[in-house]
Amino acid sequence: MLQLRYVWEWPVRLTHWFNVISLIVLSVTGIYIGDPMLSVPQTDSFVMGWMRVVHFGFAYLFAVSVVVRLLWMFFGNSHARWKAFVPWASKEGWRNIIGTFSWYTFLRKKPPYVVGHNALAAMAYSLVFILFAVQIVSGFALYGQYDPNGLWASVTAPVLNLFSNQGLRLTHHMIMWLVIGFAIHHVYSAWLMDIKEKNGTLSSIFSGYKFIDPKDL
Amino acid sequence: MQKQEKQVQDGVIPEEILQRWETRGISRRDFMKFCSVMTATLALPITMMGKIAEAIEGDNRPPVIWMEFLGCTGDTEAFLRANQPTAIDIILDYLSIDYHETIMAAAGHQAEAAKRQTMEKYKGKYLVIVEGSIPTAEGGIHCTIGGNSALNIAREVCGSALATIAVGSCASFGGIPAAAPNPTGAISVTKAVPGATVMNLPGCPLNATNLTASIVHFLTFGKLPATDSLGRPKFAYGKRIHDNCERRAHFDAGQYAEGFGDAGHRQGWCLYKLGCKGPETFHNCPTVRYNEGTSWPVQAGHGCIGCSEPQFWDTMTPFYKRLPNVPGFGVEATADKIGLGIAAATAVAFGAHGVASALRKDDDMESDLLKED
Repeated sequence: MLQLRYVWEWPVRLTHWFNVISLIVLSVTGIYIGDPMLSVPQTDSFVMGWMRVVHFGFAYLFAVSVVVRLLWMFFGNSHARWKAFVPWASKEGWRNIIGTFSWYTFLRKKPPYVVGHNALAAMAYSLVFILFAVQIVSGFALYGQYDPNGLWASVTAPVLNLFSNQGLRLTHHMIMWLVIGFAIHHVYSAWLMDIKEKNGTLSSIFSGYKFIDPKDL
Repeated sequence: MQKQEKQVQDGVIPEEILQRWETRGISRRDFMKFCSVMTATLALPITMMGKIAEAIEGDNRPPVIWMEFLGCTGDTEAFLRANQPTAIDIILDYLSIDYHETIMAAAGHQAEAAKRQTMEKYKGKYLVIVEGSIPTAEGGIHCTIGGNSALNIAREVCGSALATIAVGSCASFGGIPAAAPNPTGAISVTKAVPGATVMNLPGCPLNATNLTASIVHFLTFGKLPATDSLGRPKFAYGKRIHDNCERRAHFDAGQYAEGFGDAGHRQGWCLYKLGCKGPETFHNCPTVRYNEGTSWPVQAGHGCIGCSEPQFWDTMTPFYKRLPNVPGFGVEATADKIGLGIAAATAVAFGAHGVASALRKDDDMESDLLKED
C-alpha cells in the first residue's frame, strides 16, 4: 500500500522557492548590468539604477536564503541533513551513485528507490551550493567597492586582492551561466523522475509530501 | 606673533607669509591657490589652510632621494611639469632633492657620493621617492646603476629611510614591466623591501597633485597620510572613479555610447560599454584631474583603463571590453557567448535524453498499482 511521507520540511521548500525567484531576478538584472542592451533616450530615467537596486536587494534575499538552508542542514530531517549531500562518503551512497548513473545512461532498468534526493542529484546540489557560495562572495566583494571603508569591503578585501577585480567579475558571470545550465538540468530531471517514479516528485516541492511504497525500499 | 597664530587657527594665511613668498617670485594669488588645492585634495577642512601655509614655511625640510628603476620617467615628467600653480617653485625648491637621475647636475661618482652623504648624514630621516619597478630575475642584472643592482640599491636606500613613496604603477605594483610574462622578474618596492615604510601612489603616470599633497601632508603633520590595504593614501584612492564620475548620471539612466563618435558618445553618455574600467578603479581622477585640473580620460571621451590598479596590464585588458577574455578560448569568445553555449548544450543534451526516456517503457515503477480509467 502507498504511504504518504513528509519529505521536504517547510524551511527546505521555502528556501528552494526563494532561491528560484532570486536566481531568475538576479540573472535577468545581472545580464542587463553586464551588458546593458537597452539604451534609453530620456536622461531622467533610471533604468540601470533600478536594475542595480533590484539586483542588490535580491542578492541579500538569496544570500539569506542560502545561509538558512545551509543551517538547516544541521537541524532538518535526514533528507535535508548535510549527510544526504555527501553520498560518496558511504558504501551505500556509492551503490546509489553507480545505480542512478547506470539508469540515466540506459544501462539499468530501474533507478535505486530512494525517498529523498537520489545520489546523483545530491552530488549536483553539493556542487551547486559551492557555486552559490562563490557567487555570493564574489558578488558582495564587487558590491562592497562602493564604500572601501565599509563592512563588505573590509570583509572581502582579501578576495579582491587575490583574484583581482576583473577576475571576480568574470567568475561571477560564468557561474551565472553554470547555474542556468544546472536549472535546465534540474527541471528536466525532476520532470523525468515525476514520470518514472510516480511518487509525486514535482508536487512534493510544493506540498512536502511524496507517495512511497514501503515494499520497494 | 599671537596675531599670526590666531589667523592660522582661523584658516587664514598670515600676511607675513604671503609677503615672503612674493619676494620669492610667487604671487599671493598663486600661493593661496596652491594652499587651497592642497587642503581640498587632502580632504582637510579649509580652516587647515593657514596651518599648511605655515608648515611649508617651517624649517623642517626633509632631504629627498629620488630613484628611478624600470620606469619610463613618466612620473618625473608628470611631477616636473606640474604647476599647481607653481608646485615646482614651492615644493621642489623647498625640498632638498639630493639625488634625482633626471634633474641632478652631478654625474657618476659625484652623484653617488651625494646620495651616500645624504644617507649617512640623515640616516632614518630622509624621504625616498621610487619610480619604476625592481627586476629580480638573474640576480637583478636587468637594472644596474653605478655597478649595483636596483634590488640592492632599493634595499639599502629605502631600508634606512624615514619613509618611501612609490610613485607610479610600476613602483607601486610592478606595473608594465611586471606584466605577464614578466621576463625580468620585476616587483614593486613593497615586495623588494618588505620591512620599509612604503606609501604607494599608483597611476600611469601618477597624478602630481597627489604627490605634492602627500609631501604637504608630511610637512604639516610630520607623517605620511593614512593608507588603505594596498598602501595607497585614502585621500586620493578612497573612492571609486565610477562613483565620482561626471558621466555617472548617464550610467544610472541607462544611456551608453556604443562606439567612438556615435550619437551617444557625442552627447557625453557613459563609456561603460566601450570598456571603461571606472567601476573597477580607485583614484581621484574625476575630482583632481590631470594637467592643472584641465581634463582626464573620461572627460576627454575615452574610458578609464584602470592604470592605477594592481596588475592593470594583465587584469584590465582588453581595454575596450567589459570582461576579460576567458582563458583557453579564442580571443573573440566572450564569457557570455561561452555561457550561452553551456546553457544551450545542457538543454540539447537533456532534451535528447528526454526523448530517449519517453520512448523507454521498461523502467516504469509502481506499474502494479496502475489502473486504466
